[in-house]
Amino acid sequence: MNTLLALNADDLHPDVALVERVRGGDLSAFEQLMKQYDRQIFRIAQHITQSREDAEDVVQDTFLKAYTKLDQFQGNSKFYTWLVRIAVNESLMRLRKRRNHPTVSMDDDIQTEEGSVPRDFADWAPNPEQLYRQTEFAEILRSNVEKLSPGFRAVFALRDVDGLSTEETAEALGLSIPAVKSRLLRARLQLRERLSRYFRVPSGEQA
Amino acid sequence: MNCREFLERLEDYLDPKTATELRAELDTHAFRCSHCQVTFNTTRKTVEIYRNNELYELPQNLREKIQEAVMKKCSKMREANKDCSGSSGE
Repeated sequence: MNTLLALNADDLHPDVALVERVRGGDLSAFEQLMKQYDRQIFRIAQHITQSREDAEDVVQDTFLKAYTKLDQFQGNSKFYTWLVRIAVNESLMRLRKRRNHPTVSMDDDIQTEEGSVPRDFADWAPNPEQLYRQTEFAEILRSNVEKLSPGFRAVFALRDVDGLSTEETAEALGLSIPAVKSRLLRARLQLRERLSRYFRVPSGEQA
Repeated sequence: MNCREFLERLEDYLDPKTATELRAELDTHAFRCSHCQVTFNTTRKTVEIYRNNELYELPQNLREKIQEAVMKKCSKMREANKDCSGSSGE
């Protein structure tokens, strides 16, 4: 009847007990899960969609979907990883709607190889943050992150911002571990290549 | 180790948990190859900049509003399921 109870109690994450309570009809346990993770889900969604409004909607849709699909949570992954998977899918769906672009998916980046192979070998100023005013710097970053494909932004957000492990990221994105590693490297290199234009040491000053 | 192999292992080089032996190999290549050294340093800086990039935080009042809206809908779904046992949420 309940596969979760078959596991060793010591292996169970505290969230699993909350999920069990929700399944038993206790909505306050679901509220607890939501309060625990809504900020993180918002941050991830904001990184992927690059929009506050979309991220707010994604938080709502993610938790509603999690509630309705709770029966599908098997307990062989962490509840949070399962939740992130829903949030990534909801974020991609928002992008499709916003752009009226039905093909936005995790595979988009396959076609955008540009910048994945380093071409700019100029060293950067020691503190590139200080080359620009704060608002200007934030805008440079925002506009260049926005040019990354949604799939790359997702892998970047999960690994580098949320701090999920490669294994958890793979699970949340439905990718293999080598695919996560390769995408993360390409995402980082693409962003590096783009930022290099702004942060490089002026040619006359290079050692 | 050549540049292509260095690039393939860049992820490991960025990872502080990477084994000493591999790290030494990567260090040796980076020491000899200025292009790979720059690629590594600037990629590390890219990650640092991206991590420190503070996005808009969800304000508490909006957070509570979203929580309330979700809980209200969940409560309705629970009631509907009680009335019509056997049907799933979606």
